[in-house]
Amino acid sequence: MNAAIAGIGATDFSKDSGRSELQLAAEAARAALDDAGLEPSDVDGLVSFTMDTNAEIAVARELGIPELTFFSRVHYGGGAACATVQQAAMAVETGMAKVVVCYRAFNERSGHRFGQVQTAAAANIDNSWSYPMGLGTPAAMVAMFARRYMHEYGATSEDFGRIAVVDRKHAATNPHAWFHNRPITLDDHQASRWISEPLRLLDCCQETDGGVALVVTSAERARDLPNKPAHVKAATQGSGADQFTMTSYYRDDLTRLPEMGVVARGLWERSGIGPSDVDVAVLYDHFTPFVLVQLEELGFCGRGEAKDFVASGALELDGSLPLNPHGGQLGEAYLHGMNGIAEAVRQVRGTAVNQVANVEHVLVTAGTGVPTSGLVLGQSP
Amino acid sequence: MIDVEKEAARIAEQGESAPRLARDPVNLPMINNWLEAIGDQHPGYTEVAPPAMVQVWTMAGLHGQRTLDDPLGAMMKILDEAGFTSVVATNSDQTYHRYLKVGEHVSVTTSLEDVTGPKKTALGEGWFVTTRSTWYVGDEPVAEMRFRVLKFRPAEKPAPRPEVPKAQAIRPAINRDTEYFWEGCRNEELRIQRCGGCGLLRHPPGPMCPECGATKPKYLVSDGRGVVYSYVVHHHPQVPGKQTPFVIALVELDEGVRMLGELEGEPSIGLPVEVVFTKVDEELTMPSWRPRADR
Ligand SMILES: [Zn+2]
Repeated sequence: MNAAIAGIGATDFSKDSGRSELQLAAEAARAALDDAGLEPSDVDGLVSFTMDTNAEIAVARELGIPELTFFSRVHYGGGAACATVQQAAMAVETGMAKVVVCYRAFNERSGHRFGQVQTAAAANIDNSWSYPMGLGTPAAMVAMFARRYMHEYGATSEDFGRIAVVDRKHAATNPHAWFHNRPITLDDHQASRWISEPLRLLDCCQETDGGVALVVTSAERARDLPNKPAHVKAATQGSGADQFTMTSYYRDDLTRLPEMGVVARGLWERSGIGPSDVDVAVLYDHFTPFVLVQLEELGFCGRGEAKDFVASGALELDGSLPLNPHGGQLGEAYLHGMNGIAEAVRQVRGTAVNQVANVEHVLVTAGTGVPTSGLVLGQSP
Repeated sequence: MIDVEKEAARIAEQGESAPRLARDPVNLPMINNWLEAIGDQHPGYTEVAPPAMVQVWTMAGLHGQRTLDDPLGAMMKILDEAGFTSVVATNSDQTYHRYLKVGEHVSVTTSLEDVTGPKKTALGEGWFVTTRSTWYVGDEPVAEMRFRVLKFRPAEKPAPRPEVPKAQAIRPAINRDTEYFWEGCRNEELRIQRCGGCGLLRHPPGPMCPECGATKPKYLVSDGRGVVYSYVVHHHPQVPGKQTPFVIALVELDEGVRMLGELEGEPSIGLPVEVVFTKVDEELTMPSWRPRADR
């Protein structure tokens, strides 16, 4: 695509920000513009998640953005993350906007916590088949998939735990990570309490207060800006047959994420690269089992083989597919996937704290279990 | 108090009941009726009877009565008197030594093999009664059957479950596409949407059939039986109206659709379950699952 991420910005990641969500959004957006070497007056587009409480007009007011010609929102929770960049890139390519800021900010720990039972969400008719029955948290909804996946492929709680261990290992050397200097062992994982069997506490991502923003502009304009552009080689969304949000339990096969399969096909086709060309994978890790399924859907290994792929050490920084060098959402922070995109940009620039050598292509995925999205960022358009 | 074990030992000691002769010899008209009813189109049953028919030959008939020395009848009567009055399903294992030929006249004897209990089951406390029947032609044993039945004391009706605190329980959103389901629950019917055009069964339901496009959904009443396809044991956080930990199971119903519900009891994938209805209040009755007693 003729678009690149030219700027990234974030607030501190905390458990109690002490600021409003609007302030977090405005701080992150201003930081991203500073990083891009652009002014609020350069911005004419804003994209966020439907779940974000910060209206585009409110963010524009705080930043002093005079006029907007493009504003858009993407649905389905964390599945929106990479799609915000897709929206921005399409707007830039079609001339609907010249500089678009994608943002996501929330007090997800000190304010509205997604991990609690959202009684209000039961008003959604799709949820009437799960919430009243007691299935009302994202962890429990994923656990239902995980149990069947274990049954079909012989995966174990330890196999899920290895994802948490590698994320926390990477976070341990990232000063921006909440779990900086706090790695865990597989025994720690196995000793952590049940949340919703077969998921343990350490299979679940953290809850974070904070904000992240990205600046998207054309490849040509990005070339003239201070930082090395992270080119958007492909950006796709995906929804599968008989799709539900977190509870697509009515498909024949409950061990797959076909919506991520749709994203994978789109990414490989549009970017012209394949799984073996990926130098760093930033995979959405709100719950560990879905990292395994993503590895299968994206074509890094065959069905049911992710546990062996993970156990082989492939996801280490020096492995064949370094995973989440920033520590992911289990280790760094839970910013609905947006902090993962920022990490992908740093890996392309060569400025990450846990920098992987010779990075040409970085794959990023968004929330799983929901209609989702993905990105391939690269050194060249 | 009736001592079930003592009575069982007394009946078992009597050994085999006296041979009871079949009403008719093995005959072609009955074989043909049976094949038709079962839907067996095998052409080979012209001179011999299907082995699985063995019990048919010695059935007592519409107005038949058990013989006085029939150990199963005697044991059932004792359990009835002891308050174990209910039966939901039985199971039998048959062994055939040879085909029965048309014209042969079989007789049957039955002995009480085993009575175990009392056992706590999902349906209530009960006794498993096992009998062994042997069919003879003359003195030659031709077939055997072990027959097992659970005679249980039905739990207070409906099965006692902790009252779900009304103010707390999460209530389903209901609209015109889904109302039939909740109306069904109020009538203790588990309803599955069936397309009025092509007959597609669908759960969760919707207003337009994805197969044929019809917008005239109807429903069938499910038998409410299925097996656990997946499950979770939920510990944290607290869920309004539930006591943690509790089990939620995704059940594949015999009709082929899947449905979520709370499951009472030890979960496992493949566990046979059946629906139970719990009235929350006048407007809402919730379906949930319990293990099947006949599993
Ligand atoms: Zn139809």
